[in-house]
Amino acid sequence: MKIYVCVKQVPDTSGVVAVNPDGTMNRSKMPTIINPDDLNAMEAALTFKDQNEDCKVVAISMGPPQAAEMMRELLAMGADEAVLISGREFGGSDTFATSQIVAAGIHHMGLEKEDMIFCGRQAIDGDTAQVGPQIAEKLHLPQVTYAVDIQKDGDTLTVRRALEDGYMKIQVQTPCLITCIKELNEPRYMTVKGVLECDEMPFTILDYEALKDEPLIEADTIGLKGSPTNIFKSFNPPVKGVGMMLEGTEKEMANDLAARLAEKHVI
Amino acid sequence: MSEYNSSAIEEFSGIWVFCEQRDGKLMPTDFELISEGRKIADQRGCELTGLLLGSDVEGIAAELGGYGADKVIVCDDPALKVYTNEAYTNVVCDMVKERKPEVLLFGASNIGRDLAPRCAARLHTGLTADCTHLDIDMNTYVDFLDKNSNVDVANEKFKMEDVNLKMTRPAFGGHLMATIICPRFRPCMSTVRPGVMKKNEYDSAAAQKCAVEVVKPGIDEKELHEKVLEVVKEAKELVDLVGADVVVSIGNGASKDVEKAKALAQELADALGGGVVGSSRALVDAGLMSADRQVGQTGKTVHPKVYVALGISGAIQHKAGMQNSELIIAVNKNGSEPIFEVADYGLVGDLFKVVPEMITAIKAAK
Ligand SMILES: Cc1cc2nc3c(=O)[nH]c(=O)nc-3n(C[C@H](O)[C@H](O)[C@H](O)COP(=O)(O)OP(=O)(O)OC[C@H]3O[C@@H](n4cnc5c(N)ncnc54)[C@H](O)[C@@H]3O)c2cc1C
Repeated sequence: MKIYVCVKQVPDTSGVVAVNPDGTMNRSKMPTIINPDDLNAMEAALTFKDQNEDCKVVAISMGPPQAAEMMRELLAMGADEAVLISGREFGGSDTFATSQIVAAGIHHMGLEKEDMIFCGRQAIDGDTAQVGPQIAEKLHLPQVTYAVDIQKDGDTLTVRRALEDGYMKIQVQTPCLITCIKELNEPRYMTVKGVLECDEMPFTILDYEALKDEPLIEADTIGLKGSPTNIFKSFNPPVKGVGMMLEGTEKEMANDLAARLAEKHVI
Repeated sequence: MSEYNSSAIEEFSGIWVFCEQRDGKLMPTDFELISEGRKIADQRGCELTGLLLGSDVEGIAAELGGYGADKVIVCDDPALKVYTNEAYTNVVCDMVKERKPEVLLFGASNIGRDLAPRCAARLHTGLTADCTHLDIDMNTYVDFLDKNSNVDVANEKFKMEDVNLKMTRPAFGGHLMATIICPRFRPCMSTVRPGVMKKNEYDSAAAQKCAVEVVKPGIDEKELHEKVLEVVKEAKELVDLVGADVVVSIGNGASKDVEKAKALAQELADALGGGVVGSSRALVDAGLMSADRQVGQTGKTVHPKVYVALGISGAIQHKAGMQNSELIIAVNKNGSEPIFEVADYGLVGDLFKVVPEMITAIKAAK
C-alpha cells in the first residue's frame, strides 16, 4: 500500500508580510513553512504506516527548487520518499493546472488498487481548497474532503466528513483521495535521527522532461498558459480612517460611547 | 456529449446559482447568492436560474424566486436526497453541458467547496474560491475599485466592454485583494463566502411568478461508488453569527475568566439590541470557545451593524472576518494594538472593568 501525501510550501502569512511595489506579495522575503493542513495529511499517512509494515508514504509537492528543504523535512518526519515536481514550464499554474500536473506526477509513479492520496484541506496562501478535489477528478478517483476520522478495512475506507452543523460518514473504495483538516490529528515532530540525517537524504525531482509524455501534460493545460483563471488586478484593501479613541476613566469612556451611539441611533 | 467545448464562449448565456439544500431545506446562503446573482443578471441583462438538486424538493424551489430567481431547475432523484460528491458532480456537469450557463456560483460551504472544484475540473474551466465581491459590468467594477481600494481609477485604462465576471477575493490571508477573471472558458465559476453578500427583501409576488422546471436525471444507485452511511446533526446550540445584527467577540484578553467575559459579552450584546457572542481563534484553539463562534479568515465572516472586540489584538486573520462591519468598537488594555486601526471607537482599559460600565451607560442612554 502506498499513500501519496500532497504538500505545499507556503509563506508564513501569520507574521509580517513583505509586499512588492506593485502590490503583489514578495514571497522570497518571507519565511516559509509546510502548509499546516498538509501536516495533518502527513500525520494521517504516517499513522497508517506505523500500523502497517508494508505501507509506504510518498510526499509529493509541486514548487520551486527552494522547496528542497521542505522535502528533506518531510523525510525527517518519516516519509519513505519525497518527490518534488519542479520546472519552469509548470510556473504560474492556477489550481486547475496545478492539479493537472500533480495528478500527472502521481500517475507517472503509479497508483494501485490499495493506494490512497491524502491532501491538506487548503493552503494558507491561497485558501482555495480546490487542488485536492481537482486531482481526484483528473485521476477519476472518489474523494472525501474535510476528513476528521479515517478507518480502513481492506479496500474500504470509512471517513467522517465534517459539516458546519455536524458530520457525515462516507464509505468509498481505494484508490481514493482524502483531504484532511486539523481536527483529524496532532502532527508529529521530526525525529531526532531524522533531523540529524535529513540533510543527506535523497529526494526525487520530476521535471517537465520526466513528465512530458504523461497524457495529462499538454501545453494548454499546464503553467500560466494552461491556467483558466488570470489575475485581473490585485490591490490593497482600503485603510479605514482611524477611528476615535475615547478618553477618561472607564465610566467616562462608557458614557461618552453611549452618547455617541445614541446620537447615531445605534441604540 | 463529446461536442461540449468550454472555450466556445459565445455559446454560453445566463447566470446560474447552485442552491444547496440539507434535509430538504434551503440554506440561508442560497438567498444571499440568488440576491447577488440577480445583481449580476441585471448588469448582463439576462436570466437568473437557481439549480436545486434533491429528492422531492420541488415545493421549496419557488422561495428562491422571492429573492430574485427568474427560474429554478429542480433535479429530482432519490439518489440526490443527501449530498454525495459523485452524484452531484455528475448531475451539475450534465446540466451545464446541456444548457451552457455563462456564470455558475456556489456557496463556499463545506459542500460547495467539495463540489465546485470537481465540477470546474470536469468542465475544463476556472474556479475562484471564497469571493467577497462580484461584478460583470465594468462600470460597476471601476466604481467598486474606486470606493474600496487604493487604485487610482482615474489614471487607469479599463476596457469598458469587458463582460468577464470579475471575481474579487482576499488573498494571502487578507493582506491583499485580488480580482480574478476566467477569460477563455465558460462558465465563469466561483464560490462565495457565506454571510458576505446581502440578501434582497423577500418579494412574495416574485416568488409566485418564478418558473420551476423539474428534471429527472434517473440515477442508477448501483453505479455509484460513494456511499453515505449516516448524516449526523450535532446537537449543539445553534449560533447565528453570520445573521446577527450585533456581534460581541472576546479574545485572549478574556482568558483569565472566559465564563465571566462571555456573560458580560452577552449582556452587552443584549443592551445593544440583541446579538451573539463571537470569539477570536485564540480562545477556540485553547478549547475555551466553540469553533462555530470563531470570527475570521478560518472562521466566519460577519458584517453586523455593530461589532465589539473585547480583548482581541486584531491580527490580520481576525480582521479579515469583521472589518466590513458597519460600526466597530474595540476594548483593549493596550492602546497601540492593530484592532484600533479598524475601530470606529476605541476604549483603552481592562475589559472586565470597562464592559460593566458600558452596559450601564448604554442601558441608561436608551
Ligand atoms: C492561517 C491562519 C488562520 C487564522 N485564522 C484566524 C481566524 O479566523 N480568526 C482569528 O481570530 N484568528 C485567526 N488566526 C490567528 C490570529 O493570527 C491570532 O493569533 C488571533 O486572532 C489572536 O487572538 P486574540 O486577539 O484573541 O489574542 P492575542 O493576540 O493574544 O490578543 C489578546 C489581546 O487582549 C488584550 N488584553 C489582555 N488582557 C486584557 C484585558 N484584561 N482587557 C482588555 N484587553 C486585554 C491584549 O492587549 C491583546 O491585544 C489565524 C492564524 C493563522 C496563521
